[in-house]
Amino acid sequence: MPSLIDLRRRIRAVKSTEQITKAMKTVAASKLRRAQDRIVGARPFAQLMRRVLSDLATRTGEAAAHPLLAPPVAPEAPTLLFLVTADKGLCGSFNSNLIRQGATFAVESDRKVAMGLVGRKGRDFFVRRGVDIRFEMVNLFNDLRYGHAEAMAETAIDQYTSGAASGVSILYNEFKSVMQQEVVVDQVLPIPALDASEGEENDAVSADYLFEPPAERIFSDLLPHHVETQFFRALLESAAAEHAARMTAMDAATRNAGEMIDGLTLHMNKVRQAAITRELIEVVSGAEAL
Amino acid sequence: MPLPSHLTIEIVTPDRAIVHETVDEARLPGAEGYLGVLPGHTPLLVTLQVGEIWFRRGSEKTWLHAAFGFAEILPDRIRILARTAERADEIDLERAEAAASRARERLATTSGDVDFERARIALLKSLSRLQVARRIGMRAAGKR
Repeated sequence: MPSLIDLRRRIRAVKSTEQITKAMKTVAASKLRRAQDRIVGARPFAQLMRRVLSDLATRTGEAAAHPLLAPPVAPEAPTLLFLVTADKGLCGSFNSNLIRQGATFAVESDRKVAMGLVGRKGRDFFVRRGVDIRFEMVNLFNDLRYGHAEAMAETAIDQYTSGAASGVSILYNEFKSVMQQEVVVDQVLPIPALDASEGEENDAVSADYLFEPPAERIFSDLLPHHVETQFFRALLESAAAEHAARMTAMDAATRNAGEMIDGLTLHMNKVRQAAITRELIEVVSGAEAL
Repeated sequence: MPLPSHLTIEIVTPDRAIVHETVDEARLPGAEGYLGVLPGHTPLLVTLQVGEIWFRRGSEKTWLHAAFGFAEILPDRIRILARTAERADEIDLERAEAAASRARERLATTSGDVDFERARIALLKSLSRLQVARRIGMRAAGKR
């Protein structure tokens, strides 16, 4: 039976853990709010980009000819999978879900899979497993910038157009709600067919655009930007999802710690009462013996 | 279709939406030179260079620095998707000046094509930032 002092010590230890998890939860909550704002802020750009692109695609007609839209140069080359994990742990099953899905993707794919690892957790996992790694980036989520997405896009486009990869996909956690993140795979290259119906909003006027420079050049200028935007969106989503996951995980941890403290306190009180009763009996029976 | 009397201007970057306003006139740094836009402009799609954007509402002008991206111009609307864009009052003068002198130095010393191009763009950007930032300086001085 643990002594009173041991119990008190344990309660104190659990209490300080609880304080840490509580603080982490609060921090994650405020970071989440900021991350959500960034997603909202990034949305108009992405939407407008897609609209203009699909508009252009229907107009120029030479869409299929562009290397980023065309089927791969080397169909036998491996698929390049960008895996976006977090830099830090303590966020529930966030990273392990991603890594598991990444591994499943590699096993189920009918081609070989090369990886582009973004985020420390995924890097640390796959770097030791002899995976063909084409890209690595860690420590970016503290200060996430568009430049990060540009670097990813540059590698992706380079690998695809040079024939080193037969396709590029990105695997990341999408931010659904605070309680829910969903692991999704998006195909980045070749760029999936641009849906013309998305440009419906102002079809009446858009029929007679002028272009400066010519439409084909604008189109091929824009495609790489489109790839960047897609990567950037994935990074932002992942960042928000990470904070949401951490918030939920730390909330659960705080609650568990609270329960544990309650249980321990109850136990401690019982032990104390037992000691008091025993002492009383000793005193009483001692008095009787006299 | 009657000519619209105003333009709605939207400026967005990958990070955020910067401007969403109704204006009378605007000017952008297009691929082949600056172009002014008045309500009723022909639909036009244009890529942007490094330079300054301004738009005017009544007699009040607002300046911005912008670099790369493109703009969609419709008779009653301008949508600008810029790679970077900053309002004049957001520009850090000292940083821009430091960047300009750094870029000049590199231009003088580097020889490689890539480095040279990078330095040239950096210089263009910082000069444009400085110019835009000085615009509000000038206006403030004029009012005083």
